[in-house]
Amino acid sequence: MTYTIQVNGVKRTVDAGGDTPLLWILRDELDLKGSKFGCGAGLCGACTVHLNGAATRSCLTPLASVGTSPVTTIEAMAVHPVGRKLQEAWMQLDVPQCGYCQAGQIMTATALLTQTPHPTDSDIDAAMSGNVCRCCTYTRIRAAIKKAALMHTAEAR
Amino acid sequence: MTMTMHTATAHSGARHAAAAPSRRAVLKVSAVAGGGLLLHAILPPVARAAVAGPSEAQRRGAALNTFIRIAPDGIVTIMSKNPEIGQGIKTTLPMVIAEELDVGWNHVRVEQAPVDQAKFGRQFAGGSMATPLNYDPLRRVGAAGRQMLVAAAAKEWNVAPSDCHTKNGVVFHTGSRRSLGYGALAAPAAAQPVPDLATVELKDPKDFKIIGQPIPGVDNPKIVAGQKLFGIDVTVPGMLYAVFQKCPVFGGTVAQANVDALKKLPGVHDAFIVRPGDVYRNGNAQGVAGGVAIVAKSWWAAAKARNQLQVTWDEGPTAAQSSTGFAQGALRLSQQEPQSWLRRDGDVANALQGAAQVVEAAYSYPFLSHIDLEPQNCTAHVHNGKAELWAPTQLPEPGAQLVAATLGVPRSAVTVHMTRVGGGFGRRLRNDFMAEAAWLSQQVGAPVKLLWNRQDDVQHDFYRPAGFHFFKAGLDRSGNLVAFRDHFVTFGRNGKPADSAMMDANEFPALLVPHLEYGQSMMPLGVPTGPMRAPRSNALGFVFQSFIDELAHQGGTDPVAFRLALLGKPQVLVNSSGTPNALRDFNTARMHDVLVRVAEMSDWPQRGALPPRTGKGVAFYFSHLGYFAEVVQATVAPSGEVKLDHVWIAADIGSQIINPSGAMNQAQGAALDGLGAALGQAITIDRGRVVQANFDTVKPLRMMQAPPVEVEFLTTPHPPTGLGEPALPPVIPALCNAIFAATGKRIRTLPIDTETLKA
Repeated sequence: MTYTIQVNGVKRTVDAGGDTPLLWILRDELDLKGSKFGCGAGLCGACTVHLNGAATRSCLTPLASVGTSPVTTIEAMAVHPVGRKLQEAWMQLDVPQCGYCQAGQIMTATALLTQTPHPTDSDIDAAMSGNVCRCCTYTRIRAAIKKAALMHTAEAR
Repeated sequence: MTMTMHTATAHSGARHAAAAPSRRAVLKVSAVAGGGLLLHAILPPVARAAVAGPSEAQRRGAALNTFIRIAPDGIVTIMSKNPEIGQGIKTTLPMVIAEELDVGWNHVRVEQAPVDQAKFGRQFAGGSMATPLNYDPLRRVGAAGRQMLVAAAAKEWNVAPSDCHTKNGVVFHTGSRRSLGYGALAAPAAAQPVPDLATVELKDPKDFKIIGQPIPGVDNPKIVAGQKLFGIDVTVPGMLYAVFQKCPVFGGTVAQANVDALKKLPGVHDAFIVRPGDVYRNGNAQGVAGGVAIVAKSWWAAAKARNQLQVTWDEGPTAAQSSTGFAQGALRLSQQEPQSWLRRDGDVANALQGAAQVVEAAYSYPFLSHIDLEPQNCTAHVHNGKAELWAPTQLPEPGAQLVAATLGVPRSAVTVHMTRVGGGFGRRLRNDFMAEAAWLSQQVGAPVKLLWNRQDDVQHDFYRPAGFHFFKAGLDRSGNLVAFRDHFVTFGRNGKPADSAMMDANEFPALLVPHLEYGQSMMPLGVPTGPMRAPRSNALGFVFQSFIDELAHQGGTDPVAFRLALLGKPQVLVNSSGTPNALRDFNTARMHDVLVRVAEMSDWPQRGALPPRTGKGVAFYFSHLGYFAEVVQATVAPSGEVKLDHVWIAADIGSQIINPSGAMNQAQGAALDGLGAALGQAITIDRGRVVQANFDTVKPLRMMQAPPVEVEFLTTPHPPTGLGEPALPPVIPALCNAIFAATGKRIRTLPIDTETLKA
C-alpha cells in the first residue's frame, strides 16, 4: 500500500505496510540514516524524530499513523532555528564519543528548547532521561543544551 | 567546576616534573608491552608508489608516506589507522602526526585508513593500547614527513636543510626571507628518500601546538548532522536485509524449523537453518548458538517474518545451567581447598591464628552484557570468490581472517572497510556478526546487511563473566593488615579459566602483605564470555577495593590512610610475568600520589560534616597502564534509592595528555559507565538462556542519574598511556564504599540491591 507523508518539508510517497515503523521508512525507504535503531521499544531514544514538532520515538510509530503530521528528522536540523544552535553547541563542547545516540539527543533537546527556552537542570533531566547515551556523555549534553539556550537568547536580543 | 583540568604542580614536585621519556625507554616499552609493534613495522613504504598518476596526485595530493598526503593547496590528509569506537582515536592519532609534521590543524583532513596491517601496523581498538603503542611511532611518522618537506625546500633553494625551519605548514629559509608552503613542496618532497624513523628529529614537547590542545572530534560535524557513518548506515546496491534468530540457549541448535513456510512470506527472499560449525570456521565460537536466518527485501519484512517462525530447538547441555546454580556451586567450592593456587606467600593460616581480628566476607558479581547502542551488524557482499565487508568491528584483521575461513577463500580475497562503531566496550573484539553476514551473502548471492535487534544483542553476547570471591583477612592490634586470603571461584575447564575470567597472581595487595594467598577454583560454563571495558579489572576492582575498605573500617583506620599504609614506601612491584616492564609493573608511588590528590580534591578529611545518609567512598585501581584513584559521594534515600552526588577522579597516565577534551570525556564517561553497571545491570542465566532482553531490565545510566565528575590528570615523567578503560574499575568500589559510609550497609554483591538499603 502507498502512503504519502511529509518529511522535512517534502512530500514523500512510499510503498510499505501501514504497520511498518516510521524509523524503517526513514532509514531504508527514504535513505535518511540519521535516525538510529537502538532498542525497537521506545526505551533508548536513538530513533527520536519530531512529529508535529513533538519528540517522538519513530521505532514505535506505525507508518499508517503518521497521516498529514509533518515529520522532521536530524537531517533538517541545520535549517531549524533551535536545532542548528544545538548542533553548534554540540560541536563546540565536543559532546560525542561514539556518536550513535547524538542525533536522537539533539532531536529531544530541540523539542525541549523550543518549548522551554531556558530549561533548569530538572527540566533537562525530565526531557532527556529517555535518551540513552551508552558512552555516558551526559555532562556535556547538559552543558551543550545550556550553551545553546544562551546562544538563542543572544540572537534574540 | 566539573570540567576543569589541571596539571598537578603543588605536591611531590620531583616526581611530577614534566619530562619526555627517552626514546630508548619508549622503544623498549613499545616492544614489550605492545605485542610486537616495533618501529620498523610501521616504516612507511616508498612514498612515490602510493599515488596513481598526475591527475590523482593533483586531486588527492602527493603521498609523503603511508599516513600523510599533501594537496597542492596545502591541505594535509592524514590516515587514521585504528577503528573509531568512541574513544576518539580518529582525532588523537592524527593530532600526533600533524604536530610533528608542523602543520596547522585547520589544514588537516582525516581519512579512515584501509585495513592493511603491513602498511599501518596493528589496527585494533582494545586494551587502551592505541596511545602507548602509537604515540612515539606516529610522532616519528609526522617528523619524517616534515624532514622530507624541508629537504625538498633546501634542494629548491640550494641551501642546507639545517638552515631551514618550519612553522604552521610552511618551510622557511632561516637566513633569507624565502618560504614555501607545504602544498607547493609536496610533489618534490614525495620524491625525497624516506628518512630513518629511528633517527628523525622530534619536537621538544614544550613547543607542541596541537598535542595538548582540546581538539573536537573530527567526525563531529557529520555526527550532529545525522550523516552516514556507522555500520548500520551502509547501503550497497541490490542489498538484501537479514535477521537471525538464534537458539536462546547457548550452544543450542535447530532441530527443525518452518523455513519453507517462511520463504513464502511477503518480502522474504530466503530463509536458512544456520549451524554454528558452518559459519564460525576459525573463530572462538564456543557457546555460540545456531538458529534461523531470514533474508528479505527490507529489514522490517525480515523482522515481521521472524514472528511466524516455528522452531524446535535442540538446546544442548547448557540448558542445565543457571545463575542460581552457579552461586550454589561457588559456595560449595568455597568450602573446599582451592583447586589451584595463584600464589602463596608466607603462612596465612598461622598469621590468621595470631591476628587480633579476623574478617571474612563473600563477594560476587554478575555476568554483564556490553549493550553497544548500535546493535551488532555487518554488510557483506560475496561474489566471484571475493568478499567485501563493511563492519563496525574493533578487530578488523582477525575479522577478515574469520570471514576468509568461513567462505573458504584466501585472506587476500577479503576486503574489510572500517565504519565508525556505535560503541565497542569489547563486544566488537569478536566478529561473529561478520562471519554471519558473509555466510548469508554467499548463500543468497547478493549483498546482505545483517542487523540484530536489541534482544539478540543482549541475549547473544560474549559476557563479562560472573565471579565469586571468598575473603579472609587478619589485622594486628594496630589495625594493620597481616594476613590476606582470597578463594576465587570462577569459570573454566581443565585448569584454564574462561575468556576474561582470570585473576592475576599479583592482584593488589599481593607483594605488600607478608602472608597472602590467592586460591582458585573453577566451574564449567556454557555461556560465552569475553572482554568488557577494563576486562577482569572491572570486577576485581570492586571486590578487592571493597574488602580493603571493610578492613580499614574494621581496624578503625581512615580508608585513605589504610590504603596509603598498604602502598607503603615508594617501590616498583614487578609484574606477574617476572620480567620487568616499566609500564606493566606497579609503581606504588604513582598510586600514592593520585590517592593523595583525590583526597584533596574531594575534601576527604571534612566528610564527617556530610548530612545523614550521605557518604563518601574511596578506591583506587591500576589497570591498562593507568593509575586512578576516585572518590564518590552518594546519598541513600530512606527508600533505599541511591543518588549519585559527585565523583572526583585523580589520574596518572603519564607525561602528556594528547587531547584534553577527549581525555576528559573518556574519564567522565568511563566512571559513569561503571556507576550505571553497578546500579542497574546484570545478566541472569536461567536454563541456559539470558533472562533480560532490553533496556528496561538491563539499565544503562540515564541523564537524571548522572552526577558531576571532576577529573584531574597528574603530569608525570612516564610515557603517555591510554584512557578508554582505566577510569572505570575504581568507581564501583568507591560508590559501594560511599554507601557503607552513608548507611553502614556493605554492598558485597552487584548490582546494588536498593531493597537492602532501606532506612
